[in-house]
Amino acid sequence: MTPVTTAVRAGLRRGLIELRQTMSTAQDVVNFLLPAAVFLVVMLFLRQVPVKDAPISVGAMSLPSMLGLNVAFGGLLAMAQTLTAEREDGTLLRAKAVPNGMLGYLIGKIVTISGSTVAAVLVLLVPGVLLFEGIGLTSLGAWLTLAWVLVLGLVATMPLGAVLGSLFTSPRSAALVMLPIMGLSVISGIFYPITVLPQWVQLVAQCSPIYWLGLGMRSAMLPDSAVVAEIAHSWRPLETFGVLAVWAVLGLVLAPVVLRRMARRESGSSVAARREKAMQRIG
Amino acid sequence: MEAVLDVRDLRMRYGSADVLTGVDFQAHRGEVLALLGPNGAGKTTTIEILEGFRMRSAGEVRVLGVDPAHGDERWRAGLGVVLQSWRDHGKWRVRELLAHLRGYYTCYQQPWQVDELVTAVGLTEHADKRVMRLSGGQRRRLDVAIGIVGRPKVLFLDEPTVGFDPEARREFHDLVHRLSDEDTTVLITTHDLDEAEKLADRILILAGGKVIADGSADALSRQMATEAEVRWTRAGQRFVHSERDATRFVRELFAQYGEEISDLEVRRASLEDTYMSLVREFEEVAR
Repeated sequence: MTPVTTAVRAGLRRGLIELRQTMSTAQDVVNFLLPAAVFLVVMLFLRQVPVKDAPISVGAMSLPSMLGLNVAFGGLLAMAQTLTAEREDGTLLRAKAVPNGMLGYLIGKIVTISGSTVAAVLVLLVPGVLLFEGIGLTSLGAWLTLAWVLVLGLVATMPLGAVLGSLFTSPRSAALVMLPIMGLSVISGIFYPITVLPQWVQLVAQCSPIYWLGLGMRSAMLPDSAVVAEIAHSWRPLETFGVLAVWAVLGLVLAPVVLRRMARRESGSSVAARREKAMQRIG
Repeated sequence: MEAVLDVRDLRMRYGSADVLTGVDFQAHRGEVLALLGPNGAGKTTTIEILEGFRMRSAGEVRVLGVDPAHGDERWRAGLGVVLQSWRDHGKWRVRELLAHLRGYYTCYQQPWQVDELVTAVGLTEHADKRVMRLSGGQRRRLDVAIGIVGRPKVLFLDEPTVGFDPEARREFHDLVHRLSDEDTTVLITTHDLDEAEKLADRILILAGGKVIADGSADALSRQMATEAEVRWTRAGQRFVHSERDATRFVRELFAQYGEEISDLEVRRASLEDTYMSLVREFEEVAR
């Protein structure tokens, strides 16, 4: 076996091990299930509230949007936060000390994050399809749309998350990424139709992958009649593909450069210095 | 024979502060080197440059014949680095983590078998524990195991025995001796002079950014010609005397009193004495 295949295999195994660890740690499972449960309960109350001018309830419209948001959160936030946390605690330095360890580490992260994101999507999808009227994945086309939006969404967001994670030196400062992403998700038509917002806000929202992830999911799961709540009364699949693909290319070009620069600076003393700082904060 | 570590005129400058001002030393196969020196002398900087984790300002450095600034992954596979863990890989089980990291080396060389390694570092009882459940000392043993899992040709240890109890320390020393018998070159930094004396074939003392002494503990103490302590009993009384030339003193002692002398002890300066006087002498010159 060549060193690269060895590292790729090790990375895949690493991802699966970490995925299993997450699923078998009570606290992680609660962190994971609780937001989904809260969201489902709220949406159940909105099951009878209709979206203005559209033959669908607010609850049914929000569910696919939420799936899209989950993908964005997984790729952007979870990736950024684990990267800064694992840089601080020295996981990354260990990877650097092992031949091809960085490659294995990154592949592992991709597997862990995509795996847990898919799980988060399923946790909403299964009850959603059962409980909400108007939501369905009745055709093969619907499943295929769901699949490509999910995969392309992950490819578009994970490298960006890695870039964001490399830019911050501590998990505390990385928490700042939360704010703009939360802001974007508020204006991205996840919780109510984007068409109610002013024109310029709609333009801003359409630059981010979050809006398109929501739109892509809605196009897969909602009846065609619900399209009237969207911009230009269209699901715009080509545009969805295009914008997500542009973000994916941008991320895939930037991420290796930024990650390499970050990794080069890691050493025992930089980890020790961060440990000291973190300890002072606790003590 | 080519040196495993070859450092010539190594310099390091952070901003306007010179940390290393021309470090020179070599190490051969199977040699154990201890790097001593006051805090801030540049021990960690030196070791990180050799590990390829830090860029130097100037000088020639070769580790296994390769410049660490341009070492590839094959080169990396020949190195072992013992890192100070904190809370990384907390959810991993000891055996699981070692088996995983071992996997990266298999295409280059024959790494340790996990069970054998777990026994060698004394973690057999804890092999199925999660890393976060280990005590501080057990974690340090795991750090050592991770450092050597690939059977490196050269091993770097930055203060490895902090937090070890005496028994763990003894087991660690045995392990280092075993590694050096198997031709691993070991570079270790420590503040524990007793440990340096027990472990190292050669001791390097780093002060003011340079190596101010390089030799075995014995050679260093002879070089310093520090005073030895002579103790003896005569006529039921115990005597203690400090003397530079202990051999001459004892000869004269016997010439004068002959068989009246008993319980004779001559204690050479310890490495600690030598170290203190070397560093003090250096600081006086620098001032």
